[in-house]
Amino acid sequence: MKSKWLTITGFILAAGVFILLLSTYTIDETEQVVITRFGKVIGETLKEPGLKFKYPIIDMVNKFPSNLREWDGEKGELPTLKKKYIWVDTFARWRINKPVLFFQTIISVENASDIMADIIDTAVKNVIANTEIIEAVRNSDRKMDSRTDIKDTKSVKATESREHHVALGRTEITSRIFNQAKPKLAEFGIELVDVKIKRINYREDVRASVYDRMIAERVQIVEKFRSEGRGEAQKILGEKEKKLKQITSEAYKTAQILTGKADATATKIFADAYSKDPDFYSFVKTLDVYAKSLDGDSSLILSTDSELLKYLKDLK
Amino acid sequence: MAWDWEKLQENQKKSKKTQGSDGIGPPDLEELGNKIKNIKFPGGPFILSILIVLGYLGYSMVYQVKLREVGMIQQFGKFVRKTHPGLHLKWPNGIEKLTIVNVDGTRRTEFGVTTGRTDRRMTGGEVTYRRGMEAALMLTGDLNVAIVPWIVQYKIKDPEKFLFRVYDAEGLLRDLSEAAMRLVVGDRSVNEVINEREEIATQCREVLQKELDNSETGIRLVNLELKKTNVPTKVQPSFNAVNKAEQEKETMILTAKKDYNQAIPAAKGEAERTIRAAEGYSLDRINRAEGEASKFTALYNEYAKAKDVTKRRLYLEMFIDVFPKIGQKYLIDSSQKNFLPLLNIESKKGVTK
Repeated sequence: MKSKWLTITGFILAAGVFILLLSTYTIDETEQVVITRFGKVIGETLKEPGLKFKYPIIDMVNKFPSNLREWDGEKGELPTLKKKYIWVDTFARWRINKPVLFFQTIISVENASDIMADIIDTAVKNVIANTEIIEAVRNSDRKMDSRTDIKDTKSVKATESREHHVALGRTEITSRIFNQAKPKLAEFGIELVDVKIKRINYREDVRASVYDRMIAERVQIVEKFRSEGRGEAQKILGEKEKKLKQITSEAYKTAQILTGKADATATKIFADAYSKDPDFYSFVKTLDVYAKSLDGDSSLILSTDSELLKYLKDLK
Repeated sequence: MAWDWEKLQENQKKSKKTQGSDGIGPPDLEELGNKIKNIKFPGGPFILSILIVLGYLGYSMVYQVKLREVGMIQQFGKFVRKTHPGLHLKWPNGIEKLTIVNVDGTRRTEFGVTTGRTDRRMTGGEVTYRRGMEAALMLTGDLNVAIVPWIVQYKIKDPEKFLFRVYDAEGLLRDLSEAAMRLVVGDRSVNEVINEREEIATQCREVLQKELDNSETGIRLVNLELKKTNVPTKVQPSFNAVNKAEQEKETMILTAKKDYNQAIPAAKGEAERTIRAAEGYSLDRINRAEGEASKFTALYNEYAKAKDVTKRRLYLEMFIDVFPKIGQKYLIDSSQKNFLPLLNIESKKGVTK
């Protein structure tokens, strides 16, 4: 019968396919596989993606991710060196580099996250507890333009105290955390790639006082600007006064020199001319004086002896 | 196949009795499902399910890659080829798996920026840093608090890396981006954070791209842009006051300069005038002196030739000028010794003293 044939072939085919399916598996680009037989690890870790074969049923396929994964750390408040609390959020990147070890110790990716939380969070706490806030915030000893620096010697000290020398910096701190956590995670077949501080901040209740400090700092800068402005203005006004005095006095001086020279020159000219005959000069000048000083208001008494009237009396 | 179909149709028409089914089939074929239940022939559901499976496989063999996309094909999990826009064939699902990645499109992620629709709705269009604020709130190098919102635009440069090397590459981008920004801002004072946005963006972009390359994310940054950086709302007035004070300082200096400029050039002019006047005086004095001197010299030269006559002439000429102008003239005879008989020559005036 056709139908019976068909059924039998169908069953055989189905069974074949079933067994084939049981003895094959695939490895994705992002996976690696450990084969276990009755719970015992068989052979090396398989990392090459593609179609693979195994013994059906007795061999178990255990897949683990092979790509880089991220672990998001616990966000929380941590005490720093001076018992000040800061809020830190870290993350780390990791991959499973020894899947057999991973399989034997942890089994699942979810558990891995818990174990990493234990190890990395502890490392973060340890390192942060031994550093000052500034070390975790700054990355280098770069000189900053904070606008607070004032040229006066008095205020310089005040700003210097805030200018902290950065010995470690964030990169160094995270690498310390990394160095603490890496060997511990290696025991679980996990390769820690890096640890980074995602966010770092003041605790909510500290923020208010930080804001107050920021305001105070600004107020001080405001006053600095105001007094600088006044100072500059006074300087300019002083300069103006000085300049004015200088200009007028210099002009006066020049004028005096000029007039003096002119007088001297004139005197010389007169002297040169008149010294030819001083008597004649007196005569001419005296005549001038008469001519200028005698007028309608003057009275003149002349004797007939005088040069003018002598001919009036007798003609010699 | 035609034979199977005919038989199937026949069976469906013939009988309405129920029979167990394996329940395979797409959801929109409810009607067909009912018909399957009615099939009596034992080979029927089996063949039908094979047909459905074959149809599904056939359907999964054809795919389209749209513009700006690439199709990533994995054969039994192994990446085998990358296909470009167009219609393509592949082995059916189960053998080859297709992942479509948009590679040309620029993607964008924001940190503390409130252009997102959800935020708009939450605050009624008002721009606040509500939801993303924590991402933008950071410590500056002088331990102040600043709000630094920014956006990152990126493309998938290498879809192979993007898909296979890193789990959730875009999530990683977000975290790396926050870490990089805080690293850069952590080394700057709050003033620099507010005033040097460009520099920060450039530096952050460098740091971030390096991290992305190191982790083989296959992501290339297109743009990293800082939005308006600020300080927390509570502190803002004091920062504005600083800006204002700076302006005030400028104003004070400029006012003083104005005074200076008002006075000095005028004073210079006045000084110039004083000097010019003195020069004028000098010229006047010397010219007059020279004039007088040369007049005297000329006179003297003539006088020297005939001293007596000239002297007399000058004397008498003076009297010619002066005598008529004199008011009271008294003539006295030289022989009168006792008292002076006065003669009023000019009787017209009739003045007696």
